[in-house]
Amino acid sequence: MPVTIAKERWTSKVGELVLGTEPNTVKIGGESTLPFLHFEGEMPNRPQVALEVWDMEPAGWPEILTAPYAGVLNDPVAWAKKCVEYGADLVCLTMISAHPDNKNTSPAECAKTAKAVADAVDVPLIILGCGVEEKDAQVLEAVAEALAGKNCLLGCATPENYKTITAACMVHGHNIIASSPLDINLEKQLNILITEMNLSADRIVIDPSVGALGYGIEYAYSIMERTRIGALTGDKMMAMPVICLVGQEVWKTKEAKSSAEEAPEWGEQAKRAILWEVITSATFAQAGGSLFVMRHPDSLKQFRVHIDKMMESNAY
Amino acid sequence: MGLTGLEIFKRLPKTNCKDCGQPTCLAFAMAMAAGKAGLDQCPHVSDEAKEALGAASAPPVALVKIGTGEKQWELGNETVLFRHDKRFEHPTAIAISVSDTMSADEISAKVAKINKLVFDRVGQTHSVNLVAVENASGEADKFAAAVKVAFDNTELPLLLISEDTAAMEKALEVAGSKKPVICGATAANYEAMTALAKKYDTALVVKGTNLSELADLSEKVIALGHKQLLLDSGAREVNKVLADQTQIRRQALKRFRPFGYPTIAFVTSTDPFQSVVDAGIYITKYAGLMVMSSADPADILPLVTLRLNIYTDPQKPIAVESKIYEIGTPGADAPVFVTTNFSLTYFCVAGDVESARVPGYILPVDTDGISVLTGWAAGKFTPEKITEMLQGCGIADKVNHRKVIIPGGVAVLSGKLQELSGWEVLVGPRESAGIASFLKQRWSA
Ligand code: B12
Ligand code: SF4
Repeated sequence: MPVTIAKERWTSKVGELVLGTEPNTVKIGGESTLPFLHFEGEMPNRPQVALEVWDMEPAGWPEILTAPYAGVLNDPVAWAKKCVEYGADLVCLTMISAHPDNKNTSPAECAKTAKAVADAVDVPLIILGCGVEEKDAQVLEAVAEALAGKNCLLGCATPENYKTITAACMVHGHNIIASSPLDINLEKQLNILITEMNLSADRIVIDPSVGALGYGIEYAYSIMERTRIGALTGDKMMAMPVICLVGQEVWKTKEAKSSAEEAPEWGEQAKRAILWEVITSATFAQAGGSLFVMRHPDSLKQFRVHIDKMMESNAY
Repeated sequence: MGLTGLEIFKRLPKTNCKDCGQPTCLAFAMAMAAGKAGLDQCPHVSDEAKEALGAASAPPVALVKIGTGEKQWELGNETVLFRHDKRFEHPTAIAISVSDTMSADEISAKVAKINKLVFDRVGQTHSVNLVAVENASGEADKFAAAVKVAFDNTELPLLLISEDTAAMEKALEVAGSKKPVICGATAANYEAMTALAKKYDTALVVKGTNLSELADLSEKVIALGHKQLLLDSGAREVNKVLADQTQIRRQALKRFRPFGYPTIAFVTSTDPFQSVVDAGIYITKYAGLMVMSSADPADILPLVTLRLNIYTDPQKPIAVESKIYEIGTPGADAPVFVTTNFSLTYFCVAGDVESARVPGYILPVDTDGISVLTGWAAGKFTPEKITEMLQGCGIADKVNHRKVIIPGGVAVLSGKLQELSGWEVLVGPRESAGIASFLKQRWSA
């Protein structure tokens, strides 16, 4: 009994976005199907992975996460180079020190760090603020200027600070991360506001505020699936590629941080923690994630092996 | 689907005899319309009604039961492709395999490890579901012996993997009483395997080498009168399994009968990481039953967690009752923590208070089961509601101090809360994992 393969006739596709400058660009998005259903449509670009670099030495990271970066954790330039050595497609520089509770680093100082990192590595950059909306607007504005023309990805923009960040991206040739708290309407709303300022839709990346495996992964998973279906059925304000800030969520979970002595019934920590980061990412890749920010180089390696397999054709 | 509850009701006997387990024929009709009951559960329905309702009333993915007694596990009854459309009904059964090329001691040791794969999460226990025994030796006696060791050492149902009917027959003589899954039928052996499945009234895996052959074989087995099936398209590489699982689910929802059964997926990668990642994809993407070989808790914990997440009802967050919880045996000078009644949040806090080894009281405020920051942003975790809880739950009679510890994430609440409640507010750490060191530095009644 021959089975007629059931194919959806999608009418539209996910927008394609380019980061970085030639010859070191990274492309994301562009799919005309649900993730990895090569029998039904095109998936021209594989999901890409950034490793995260902080502009100050992190406190509270478990030993298995700091070990691969031993000696570089207080030097963002050296740290970024290490990430490239580990094979990162992009580097994600997080200006954590700008937080008023940390060093309250000035926007000018942040811009200097960003410039130094940009000069040291060839891969495209993602620059994140410290999460305080007002401060991030100032920091990202300064960073955008310092990195003018480098076609970076800056975030995260929220309804509170998107105007400054959008304007800076337009003037200095960057792309923006539009962040919304797991809500499809707020997500669309922010994309509309940003495009109304005339930043073109193919320069926006959606951040749905993902949670880690065991900590809200299912909400982000469903929001992302709905977003992807929206894109494929022609909603232009949901057709942007999605970024998943996985590392920051995974590495605060108990499952990643507890040693085997603290949680003997959970098995060896190294394996469990890496799996936590890889499975969180692989699950989001199934829901339509295009850009992944991870922390551990082994997670990057394993995720990439997985993606290699998923990118092979399964056409009938 | 199409049929409404009323249309179904019209054709039922209307005697309200309750034999179907529902209080009335109408209730049964409504359950059936919702895909939660099948016509075969009413023993009194007329042949004519069966014909009218039959095909249209069966759920698109048949319900299949595995094993017996307490460890019985149900698969199928799925009605959607995306969990946001409704929900996924029956979580993927996880089977861990042993091989009959292992010695009896090795098998019993691994089965003992499998039995221990039980994890507490959000107040529930989650475990793996089956022990799979593979006839890798190709010998019937070895297979039966291995099955016997597994059978004697676990309460979990078994999955018997052999395409040799003689070996399967011997294994079933050992383990047939607990309804093991037979794995399974191929184009070459399906008549004999189906006969065994019927004899032991148990689920049968039907394996094709591709989707078309699978459809063929499934039809043939159904024609022989067996309807407890699990479908195996033969795909083993993760990208192809994804495609086939998606096809089978799509076709089932379109009521292509040969595919109207739960599926089985096998992890065959021998890479210690990739095998677990593949397993995760199968849980997320529709596998009814997933077979893998690792019994390492570091591998199984993420998978069991993923299964819990993907299979929760998107409409209903898991919540705990809003009341005083005592951790250890707290006295009058014990610390008081407030949090929200989202299960995940509550159990994070409860676990961390417990490991701080300082007895305490936890008050989860009713936020409709949402987390601390979500609750705060949604106006459900407010100084007013916390005050109401502090004053209404009776905690003031249990402690002789008036100090309350709140999550660091909502430090902004402290001023207003102090003013409204009259309690001194201590701002705790952002993550509950910091509670132990917080108590050391900051707590005295
Ligand atoms: C999953 C999620 C949801 C789910 C809700 C799931 C649920 N049942 O709670 C959904 C999709 C429904 C949702 C909706 C919304 N969300 Co929401 N959501 C999240 C997400 C991704 C994870 C939350 C979570 O479950 N965390 C895990 C639990 C265990 O964390 P927790 O409760 O905070 O507990 C920890 C600590 O607080 C601490 N702790 C807890 N209790 C205690 C007690 C003491 C004494 C101490 C010391 C410590 C402590 O320890 C715990 C473990 O570390 C976060 C973003 C993120 N990645 O964190 C956003 C987030 C919380 N959401 C947010 C928002 C704004 C919303 C909405 C209001 C958006 C909207 N306008 O629609 C809605 C509101 C929904 C409503 N009206 O009911 C914002 C909040 C912003 C802010 N800082 O105020 C966040 C931070 C996202 C963001 N970055 O903007 N959300
Ligand atoms: S078993 Fe049939 S007749 Fe009896 S209550 Fe149920 S539906 Fe009605």
